[in-house]
Amino acid sequence: MGAWFWWMILGMAIVTYIPRAIPLTFLEGRELPEAVQNVLRNIPYAVLGALIFPAVLFIQDNIWFGVIGAIAAFAIAFTGANVILVVLGTIAILSIYGLWFG
Amino acid sequence: MQEHGFTSGLKAGASIAIGYFPVALTFGLLAKTTGLSLIEATAMSIFVFAGAAQYISLSLITAGVLPALIVVNTFIVNIRHFLMTAALNEKMQPDARWKKALYAFGITDETFTVLATQRGDNIRTSFAAGVIVISYGSWVSFTALGHLIGASLPAFLQASMSIALYAMFVGLLVPSMKGNRKVVSLALIAALFNSLFYFTGWLSTGWAIMVSTLASAILIELVSRKGVAA
Repeated sequence: MGAWFWWMILGMAIVTYIPRAIPLTFLEGRELPEAVQNVLRNIPYAVLGALIFPAVLFIQDNIWFGVIGAIAAFAIAFTGANVILVVLGTIAILSIYGLWFG
Repeated sequence: MQEHGFTSGLKAGASIAIGYFPVALTFGLLAKTTGLSLIEATAMSIFVFAGAAQYISLSLITAGVLPALIVVNTFIVNIRHFLMTAALNEKMQPDARWKKALYAFGITDETFTVLATQRGDNIRTSFAAGVIVISYGSWVSFTALGHLIGASLPAFLQASMSIALYAMFVGLLVPSMKGNRKVVSLALIAALFNSLFYFTGWLSTGWAIMVSTLASAILIELVSRKGVAA
């Protein structure tokens, strides 16, 4: 790659940083209207729903990887296991599935 | 004051580090096949630190797209972080602007979800630093490793590890879902909107996640008229 590549990296770094930094610095110490605060408090749970579905179904060409993985993750999480156990347990179950049926 | 500080942050971020491992390794490998040197591939992970945008940039480089357009596309893909960091700001301890400007660099979809689902409304800056350091370390070092070894994991492990970040999202969501219909509705409606956008192709991924999230958050707020007690 030539010099253009480094200019592109610089540009990508700047435009990636802007949406991360402006709200955190600009909103510091400012009280937002209560309705806005309430919507913002809803965001984390809504984001999780959107990040999981439908992308989890398409992690592999074989859709069953995503389906079984999602079911396993929800099942392990519902037992009250902490996050790292949910991650490792789901990987273990999919590894077994992949070795036998993949 | 040691509790919920840097070390707790490292622990909370460990799932992200595991999840980034196969993604960063593959990125390093793809970067190599795209023609990036080890330094160039690693530099992109060091300075940009945005998984989806970095992957897309590789396919755009291969397609011969103008670098300026790749930058514009990166911005569009990452616009959703405006929403996430605005939400995160409500949860973080008040702190000096330069410190917030510093850790803002490390806010990704994954670090955001780990931070924003912590209990309480006063997450410490040191905790955020811990979550970010372990995630960033994983992202950068495994990018370099992927380029160096020039191969991905054994097929079965690559396949099973591709679930890691999604399993983490589930693991973060479920504890809040229990006995809380509002959280269930928020996740479910956002998931439905996002699936609709995906299958109809009405919006590209970055926009789809932002619009579904915002639509669900506002809709549920109008219906319930009361915030989630975190």
